[in-house]
Amino acid sequence: MKTDFDILSTLGVQFAIMSLLALGGANAVVPEMHRQAVELRGWMNEREFADMFAISQAAPGPNVMLVTLIGYHVAGFAGAVVTTFAMCGPTAVLAQYLGRTWDLFKDAPWRMAVQAGLAPISVGLVGASAIVLTRAADHNWFAVLITVATAVTAYGTRWNPLWLIGVGALVGLAGLV
Amino acid sequence: MSEIAAPPSSNTPIPSHADLFFAFFKITLSGFGGTLPWTRRMFVEEKRWMTAEEFNDSYALCQFLPGPNIVNLTAVFGSRMRGATGAMAAWAGFLLVPFCVMLAAAVLYERFGDVDAVRRVLAGIAPAAAGLIVATLAKMAAPLFRSFGPAPFVLLATMLAIGLMRWPLLLVMIVLVPTSIGLAWWTRR
Repeated sequence: MKTDFDILSTLGVQFAIMSLLALGGANAVVPEMHRQAVELRGWMNEREFADMFAISQAAPGPNVMLVTLIGYHVAGFAGAVVTTFAMCGPTAVLAQYLGRTWDLFKDAPWRMAVQAGLAPISVGLVGASAIVLTRAADHNWFAVLITVATAVTAYGTRWNPLWLIGVGALVGLAGLV
Repeated sequence: MSEIAAPPSSNTPIPSHADLFFAFFKITLSGFGGTLPWTRRMFVEEKRWMTAEEFNDSYALCQFLPGPNIVNLTAVFGSRMRGATGAMAAWAGFLLVPFCVMLAAAVLYERFGDVDAVRRVLAGIAPAAAGLIVATLAKMAAPLFRSFGPAPFVLLATMLAIGLMRWPLLLVMIVLVPTSIGLAWWTRR
């Protein structure tokens, strides 16, 4: 397993940039993680990326912890620490600073325009994540069926998503996918 | 300006650094299926460190900021209570458990990821996880398509550039963010 300084600094820089571009949350940068890890640097293949995203959704804790899995896969324990800090650190510094000045501009007209302008971008990024993840996970018609059924159920009901993940796991274990 | 932010309300004590660390530590232990409700319950209802309005204000800031929202929330709360070091205590308390859980998952995945039963389970979970994101997209996009304005076009342009063209995120954002904010400013009522 490679743990040299070059890989760790690449992980740190790339995930710190992603953290500052993650408009609307961690799911917004899933396509860029995929582009970096699978397409650009060959750190993992499509299947491994889809696996790691699935694990991050099924495990307790925030979805952003996907970066810990990627970091570990690329560079072991050190890699996991670097990606987690890089993804969760920079915006937290920004947040704690703005937390004390937020009252000054929370009602400013430009703040409304910024928020209204960022909203469709953040939704568009979730849409891009949906494209990238379905492409990585759905290799046959039965997998597509699971995706569609899960999407419709999650959209139309208020069931806990973990049940839907559980159904996927059982269907998979039965060897149907 | 003093290092420590003003207390939220005068009749409750300001939590210490240890209080902040363990409050978020506890939240992550109970946080199966979303940590936000638990955070609100602890801060507003149980400990009364914040009023409901202060909580909503802080949450609005976290949604406004880039990055993982819930992690930003820890920093904003910690900072409001105890300044920069309070933010660090809350942040560390929040990330410790999920980090250890994910580390364990990562070790198990690297070791057993190729075992047949594990492969089959993951092959079933991955399409379901993708489906959850599709549902999230549908829920988030619906309100944007109900009003006239630039929002649907910006949404589709983002999806196309990042999801299909696979262009680098940084470059796309440098073009789209100012454009979209400008359009929002220009078309505002």
